Amino acid sequence: MSVDHATVRKIASLARIAVTDEQVEAMVPELNNILGWIEQLGEVDTSAVQPMTAVIPNHLRLRDDVVTDGDVRDAVLKNAPQAEQGFFTVPKVIE
Amino acid sequence: MTNLTDLGIAELRDGFRKGDFSARDAATAFNDAVAGAKALNAFIVETPDIALAAADQADKDRAAGTLKPLSGVPIGMKDLFATKGVQTTAASHILEGFTPQYESTVSGKLWDAGAGMLGKLNLDQFAMGSSNETSYFGNVISPWRRNTGDTAALAPGGSSGGTSAAIAARIVPGATGTDTGGSIRQPAAFTGISGIKPTYGRCSRWGIVAFASSLDQAGPMARDVRDCAILLENMAGFDPKDSTSLDLPVPNWEAALSTDLKGKRVGIPKEYRVDGMPAEIDALWEQGIAWLKDAGAEIVDVSLPHTKYALPAYYIIAPAEASSNLARYDGVRYGLRDLPDGANLQDMYAATRAAGFGDEVKRRILIGTYVLSAGFYDAYYTQAQKVRTLIARDFDLAWEKCDLLLTPTAPSAAFGLGEKSDDPLAMYLNDVFTVPTSLAGLPAMSVPGGLDAQGLPLGLQIIGKALDEQTVLNAGLAIEERAGFTARPDKWW
Repeated sequence: MSVDHATVRKIASLARIAVTDEQVEAMVPELNNILGWIEQLGEVDTSAVQPMTAVIPNHLRLRDDVVTDGDVRDAVLKNAPQAEQGFFTVPKVIE
Repeated sequence: MTNLTDLGIAELRDGFRKGDFSARDAATAFNDAVAGAKALNAFIVETPDIALAAADQADKDRAAGTLKPLSGVPIGMKDLFATKGVQTTAASHILEGFTPQYESTVSGKLWDAGAGMLGKLNLDQFAMGSSNETSYFGNVISPWRRNTGDTAALAPGGSSGGTSAAIAARIVPGATGTDTGGSIRQPAAFTGISGIKPTYGRCSRWGIVAFASSLDQAGPMARDVRDCAILLENMAGFDPKDSTSLDLPVPNWEAALSTDLKGKRVGIPKEYRVDGMPAEIDALWEQGIAWLKDAGAEIVDVSLPHTKYALPAYYIIAPAEASSNLARYDGVRYGLRDLPDGANLQDMYAATRAAGFGDEVKRRILIGTYVLSAGFYDAYYTQAQKVRTLIARDFDLAWEKCDLLLTPTAPSAAFGLGEKSDDPLAMYLNDVFTVPTSLAGLPAMSVPGGLDAQGLPLGLQIIGKALDEQTVLNAGLAIEERAGFTARPDKWW
């Protein structure tokens, strides 16, 4: 499988990364080179194999359903590019 | 008086305890060395005041008889660990200026153990790279140079390249690294130092900027094996804040160090004899085999048949996880925001991420997005995770015949900056010997074995069974004692 210009634009849009025409032009052969190389995985017969879920056997722990954190609003907002009145602010999303 | 910067972790700890010098003297010596090594670009942020404050506390604790395991020892911290009140960037523009309001579990454990922080070490951006050429804050320059008279700048390896360069230059006695596909072991090999990636789950990932969560693992890098054991003891341990943290006691690795390998079987995987590998690396591997035999081990041939598929599987799994993990950088909660005139929220995300991520990071996010996208998920991601199962099974079968594996760490010595940076695939291939272990979550370490004809260090990799860091460290120490590696770069910086 290989990607064309339209596919690169689409995945860049899905990944929310703005790209210029020149960047798309450069990325198409670069990504195809990498994708062509990983294609060799198709050679491996995995019909009787389960996909890996955990490398080291472990179990998911449950903890008591109690509040263990919180009351740190100002610390949470401390690194925000723009915060007002205790909230993150973003450009208007509805007209 | 000894030059304090010539001392390693154990020597600093023990010398300080005996009263040979104060912690302030040690911190001052290293602070000065850091300040005098700007040409290496090993640090993104220097924190001499934090190192001195920890030293003063250590001096007080010594007087009061309340010494901690790392009292008097200053270290470096890879800039992938969140450090409260100190900028943490993952060497990216998108996190430039980010000042965590919390401390990562691993760094917090080291400070609680009495260590002091000399600064935040440079790395490949988001730990994606093998040469430290993807940092937004510039390349790290290896302190090593070829002995051929040329002064070409060499790669310190990556992603923990600031860490490896700083230790090799003796401006820090030891430091933290993180390893996703070889980011502790390959830079250690390139710079003639030691580094261990423990079993996945030994060290908490909480507060470490995430790259590929099923692979990321913290570990120590230092001048020798004992120093790695000391640091690892103070980094590892159960953490309820990381769902993949292993709830197991931390062994006393340092106390149990032994170079007697009688009864241990060392496997030599035939698939690691790759085409085009320099003869010197092959020769060092043979030498390593002889050293382990001399330490009492039995050598057996083993096969890891899916080795050649490890790299392509890794370059699906790691970018897939990265594309998901790095979705958090949105210009809203922290880090960079790029808001073009009249932009809506979606435009802001795209502009912020275009401006904030470097080329290699974008490349991996795009690959990850593609392999996870509708219609391709099974062909790429599921297939890669199945191959990962087979790679882990290869190791399980090998453990029926042996207790540890010995391989070269990297297929080459350090290369020059710029030699591979235009060819992503050539760069990826440098991790051919380290990636399989990462995919299987096993402990592995690199120790220096010797120099090549150009005077550059070469490393040997020891891979162990899950949770058997002790055997890995012991074999590393057996090689260290026999290799007698004392070479160090001449100071030019």
